[in-house]
Amino acid sequence: MKAALTAIAAAGASAGPQRQAHIECLLRLGDTSLVLGQRLGEWIGHAPALEEDLGLANLGLDLIGQARLLLSYAGELEGQGRDEDSLAFLRDAPQFRNLTLAEQPNGDFGHTIVRQWLIDGWQLQLYDALQGSSDARLGAIAAKALKETRYHYRFSRGWLVRLGDGTAESQRRMQAAIDGLWRFTAEFFTADESERLMAQAGVMPQLPPLANNWLAQAEADLEEATLGHPPAVPYPWQGKQGVHSEHLGHLLAHMQHLPRTYPGAKW
Amino acid sequence: MYTQALDTHGQEPAPAARDLSAQEQRFQARVDAEEKIEPKDWMPDAYRQTLIRQISQHAHSEIVGMLPEGNWITRAPSLRRKAVLMAKVQDEGGHGMYLYSAAETLGVSRAQMMQQLLSGAAKYSSIFNYPTLTWADIGAIGWLVDGAAIMNQIPICRCSYGPYARAMVRICKEESFHQRQGFEIMLTLAHGSADQHTMAQDALNRWWWPSIMMFGPSDADSKHSAQSMRWKIKRFSNDELRQKFIDVTVPQAQYLRLTIPDPRLRWNEATQHYDIGPIDWEEFANVLRGNGPCNRERLAARRAADEAGAWVREAAAAHAARQIGRSPHMAVNPQARFA
Amino acid sequence: MSGKETQDKTGVAADWPLFEVFIRSRAGLEHKHVGSLHAADAAMAIEHARDVYTRRQEGVSIWAVPSASIVASDPQEADALFEPARDKVYRHPTFYAIPDEVKNL
Repeated sequence: MKAALTAIAAAGASAGPQRQAHIECLLRLGDTSLVLGQRLGEWIGHAPALEEDLGLANLGLDLIGQARLLLSYAGELEGQGRDEDSLAFLRDAPQFRNLTLAEQPNGDFGHTIVRQWLIDGWQLQLYDALQGSSDARLGAIAAKALKETRYHYRFSRGWLVRLGDGTAESQRRMQAAIDGLWRFTAEFFTADESERLMAQAGVMPQLPPLANNWLAQAEADLEEATLGHPPAVPYPWQGKQGVHSEHLGHLLAHMQHLPRTYPGAKW
Repeated sequence: MYTQALDTHGQEPAPAARDLSAQEQRFQARVDAEEKIEPKDWMPDAYRQTLIRQISQHAHSEIVGMLPEGNWITRAPSLRRKAVLMAKVQDEGGHGMYLYSAAETLGVSRAQMMQQLLSGAAKYSSIFNYPTLTWADIGAIGWLVDGAAIMNQIPICRCSYGPYARAMVRICKEESFHQRQGFEIMLTLAHGSADQHTMAQDALNRWWWPSIMMFGPSDADSKHSAQSMRWKIKRFSNDELRQKFIDVTVPQAQYLRLTIPDPRLRWNEATQHYDIGPIDWEEFANVLRGNGPCNRERLAARRAADEAGAWVREAAAAHAARQIGRSPHMAVNPQARFA
Repeated sequence: MSGKETQDKTGVAADWPLFEVFIRSRAGLEHKHVGSLHAADAAMAIEHARDVYTRRQEGVSIWAVPSASIVASDPQEADALFEPARDKVYRHPTFYAIPDEVKNL
């Protein structure tokens, strides 16, 4: 598999589909971190306690940091001169490859926690597996991100349990958040052609086998939180392929307005 | 940031001529000898009240100050700027925490202080009642507002009250990056496109005078400075600090090739300081009274956060109580405090 | 935290208790008091301490202690507690006059 990757690199631009799949996978990781970090940024100054303002900001900072590493790498691999900022600020929604869940609005603190806990669980599986990637640079990014994600998961899982097993109101709110967001987990571990190609090259792990680990952990957490999840919803969300919910366009309009209004300006 | 000489608006007992009790004399002697006062030490009630008021106002200023800058986190124009701004606003929250923590050593609870803020009874720095209208405002706040704040805060690192002084040391250390990132934004804009230069000049035009006012009323109108100076809570007068700020900031504006919005601004050879035009104290008083452009929005945002978070805080407390039931060694008594 | 005594059905005040935070800045040094924070439980206290007091790599280890659990001496008793040590100068090595020629003492 290492050999396969080396071959891709050596073949340069001619390795079209392979390279395209490689970039796709980097964007899926990077965009998910970016969009989730952007959402967390909306919280700062408005959290339920001052200490949580700081906590959410720390999660956001880690995620923006991951996005910068991953998007920079994707831009370099693409070789069209796009850097982290042109990828973040000058692509439109259909070019974004984040999980649909990441772009869902903050809602109340419970929604934010459930969204975070779900994505933390996804990232834990992925980053852990990616440490062994045949792509050494991606492996190094994953190793760094994994440490951050372990903390994020500790944080979001802790809140999931507190609020699930808190008051009647908090339990009701948490269950509503899970009922609303669980449907977006269907796309977590479904693999498309890009992911399959990269799994063959050893760049990415095989996704479907990770689903069981994730689900077992999630169900254990839910049980401790005295919560449950609804049955899987078959609607195939395809944020990873660029087909998003209505929310992403608004998020991007907000995030991108300065670079769009002043084309070419340096900030 | 961001303390400002708001202490002039509280009710301190007139101290000067009154005979000091033996206890007060011993206290003053310790202060005079530059000894630090610590939480459990005896202190005059007026000293305690002055500190509670000043530290809590300072803390409120930090957390209200998160709002105008937080307004731009989602719109920062590059990922680097986004991360820096997020870290900076987070720091302001941290500074608020350090200060609430210092105030709590004086026997007031965070909940009480928060209540005073939300009810509108407590003051906070007037500067945060101005809006952030463009990205350049983020540069101007870092450069001018944090610059003024640092000028105000460095002397408080030597405040006679130990916990306040220690919090300020930590804050000043962290704050130096805030001012530099602000100046860097201004520099990039001022030397960028014509549109960006205009944006930078506009921000300076709007933030200059409010920053000058951050130092509080002029010494002639500052009623309680003398006692605060005697207690070594305050070390320099409002006008001294203001002048110092102007003297260091004017050359920075020149370097940026931006114009300070004061036609009367001149270098005075005789005094070796810059002279400035008259400060609009009417505006200052108005903003403090609640009539600034964003007073309502700022308080509304804090209240909304408090109300929307109530169920979260209650649930966490309820969960913790249940945990104690499950394993009693985890019991935490919320009432007492060692200090 | 709202100042009104918000209570849920279990009768628990929603104001989280205060913890004192101690940070070990690096291995080999002792934990040092850095400030306080509010948290509902022990795990949250560690998370808050990490987020509030170690944003700049200030620490490698955290202690969070419920403020109510700390027993402190009373400043009024400072004379009685600490003054008696003042005249025990013979506890310090400089108390003893040893000729310069004598080495390794």
